[in-house]
Amino acid sequence: MKKLLLGNAAVARGAYEAGVGVVASYPGTPSTEITEEIVKFEEIYAEWSPNEKVAAEVAIGASIGGARSMSCMKHVGLNVMADPVFTVSYTGVNGGLVFCVADDPGMHSSQNEQDSRHYAKASKIMMLEPADSSECKEFTRTAFDLSEEFDTPVFIRLSTRVSHSQSLVELGERENKELKPYEKNIGKYVMMPANAVKRHVVVEDRIAALKEFAEQTPLNSIEENGANIGVITAGIAYMYAKEALGDKADFLKLGMVYPLPEKKIKDFAAKYDKVYVIEELDPVIEDYCKSLGIEVIGKEIFTLLGEYTPNMIKSAVLGESAPQKATIDEAIPVRPPVMCAGCPHRGVFYVLKKLGLVVSGDIGCYTLGAVAPLQSVDTTICMGASVSAALGMAKARGAEFNKKLVSVIGDSTFMHSGITGLVDIVYNKGNNTVIILDNSITGMTGHQDNPTTGYTIRGEETKQVNLVALCKAVGIEHIAVCDPFDVKAFEEVVKTEINREAPSVIIAQRPCALLKKVKYTGHCKITDKCKNCNMCMKLGCPAITLKDGKVIIDATQCNGCGLCVNVCPFEAIEKEE
Amino acid sequence: MTKNIMIVGVGGQGTLLASRILGNTVINEGYDVKVSEVHGMSQRGGSVVTYVKYGDKVYSPIIDEGEADIILAFEMLEAYRALPYLKKGGKLIVNGQRIDPMPVITGAASYPEEIADKIAAKADIKVIDALSLAKEAGNIKAVNVVLIGVMAKSTDIAYEKWIDTIRSTVPEKFLDVNLKAFDLGYNI
Repeated sequence: MKKLLLGNAAVARGAYEAGVGVVASYPGTPSTEITEEIVKFEEIYAEWSPNEKVAAEVAIGASIGGARSMSCMKHVGLNVMADPVFTVSYTGVNGGLVFCVADDPGMHSSQNEQDSRHYAKASKIMMLEPADSSECKEFTRTAFDLSEEFDTPVFIRLSTRVSHSQSLVELGERENKELKPYEKNIGKYVMMPANAVKRHVVVEDRIAALKEFAEQTPLNSIEENGANIGVITAGIAYMYAKEALGDKADFLKLGMVYPLPEKKIKDFAAKYDKVYVIEELDPVIEDYCKSLGIEVIGKEIFTLLGEYTPNMIKSAVLGESAPQKATIDEAIPVRPPVMCAGCPHRGVFYVLKKLGLVVSGDIGCYTLGAVAPLQSVDTTICMGASVSAALGMAKARGAEFNKKLVSVIGDSTFMHSGITGLVDIVYNKGNNTVIILDNSITGMTGHQDNPTTGYTIRGEETKQVNLVALCKAVGIEHIAVCDPFDVKAFEEVVKTEINREAPSVIIAQRPCALLKKVKYTGHCKITDKCKNCNMCMKLGCPAITLKDGKVIIDATQCNGCGLCVNVCPFEAIEKEE
Repeated sequence: MTKNIMIVGVGGQGTLLASRILGNTVINEGYDVKVSEVHGMSQRGGSVVTYVKYGDKVYSPIIDEGEADIILAFEMLEAYRALPYLKKGGKLIVNGQRIDPMPVITGAASYPEEIADKIAAKADIKVIDALSLAKEAGNIKAVNVVLIGVMAKSTDIAYEKWIDTIRSTVPEKFLDVNLKAFDLGYNI
């Protein structure tokens, strides 16, 4: 049976069919739906782990324990899990082990545009790269077999357009994989120097064997159209190149992007006057070709930045101009993402902006606190950096500066890697104030549970991490819990805590407005008491706008959260049911 | 020959459901299909773009400028923004709703005047008051299905095929509203 599946759903299907037993991940666009789809198969143990490193270690443990296992993450999540990854390359596996990493060329939802293929080479782990949903399923299924055959973890590399495109997939049956026997093997699984030295030899032998395999595998395929142009490509770039060039080029499509097949590439390239390497982001295949002395055309005509399109390739390779298009003859306003109507973070940033504080920010919906009109966030680097970077800022600039400085971090991000920064603040005598934006969910990635929500990935009740007790346990003595929609009280709490000669935590508690359990009703309305002071406009709520100089609230956008009622100095906003 | 349909709107307007109904309907017709969506940050009230492509064999999941046969726009400014993607002779179906983007709300930019006329000078445009029709169907959120109904009429896929997909895609409790919304769009 053929079904229209998202690339991510197809990866999940491939893992299911391969008999995967354990999947552990941390959500991150564009990888999140893989694990959400896994949950639909009851036979599989699945979890949201607190971060990608933990997730990878759970999967590694499950593999050593004999189960086929998988961990899925976005590209920057791979940075977090890099530590175990480089060493599990040495230990190898018992049950098949797959790491599925989704890159985000074009940065639709990311803070950088790193190319994860570098990790395959650096960690000496083979990497497959599917180009559509059908390959997502097939390659994932194959990855588990290859993992066991070559005693290696296997990377599957995706990109946003593969992860988030739907295409047709032929569904198959699940292989019922028995647990492999667990046998104690200190030489293989205890990576202390004496053992690791021996395992490094195994790794190099394995790479040599995989290079041989790369020459033979149908994952790397040649498509001959009798053309005089040769194109070497992989992943989504193949789809763009194929659409752009059709039969006007011959293709070497690399489904296995590490290690690369030396002889196959040489033989292919030798047949053409001109050989192009078409790959998004970094010149990984191109540099390899050039290192072999093969003349190829790559980044001198293709950009290192963002996503490619078929027209871009058509123009660069064939010199054909883009199709005719209608133009827009004026500058039109952009529409950047904004915090939703009813977003609990809006109250927080309204107050922080009012107080003129320096805000050390983090990764989540609340990164949007940097967008106009709130423009409250000063820095965003990576998961958890809000807490530790603020300590560094305070150490650099001193006590007075620290009284104008706060960190903001979501509940899930705090569990991911904020807690270690907080420990650092206590341990190294920082006086920072950390605001945990507890909206009861992992928001940006589309509502995943986490250790603070009290529910597992399957919605089962579980022990809930108590943020107050946790902060107290690491040595924070001043912890305030406050509703950010009560803007007056929240402002007072922030003022008190930033002036304190001790580290403190404010837990800004209000659930995400999009959660099913949150039931705002009606909508807000401006009455004739309005003096047009525009105070409510400072909230940056998408429902509040100016029309002919007057403030109006758009009922189709408003969800009746009532935050604007709380900030209006003239009681000119009322709720209507 | 590949048919390219682009669905544009504002995050939260339900463009994903529209693309899924469209995608599932065309596979039942035996076509190869690719649907490219946007998830994550850009969904939060930002411009959202979905591509639906179908034909004998579809390679790239994205649609380039000058290549869309139909643009289905959920909002006027987003229709305008998508105009360069329209193929010569293509058609824009637009919900007449206006949603101010943040730069307009803050006063940093102004919402363009008379967008429909400006587009009409260059392309075939049909403006629909989908919000009123959705209200008539019983839920303002059904704007997406009203628009799918309008678009369905300009394809050669039979009415019943669309209804079948809606039945299999939309949750039971919203089915009646959505079927009504589809009909209101289809019969416009």
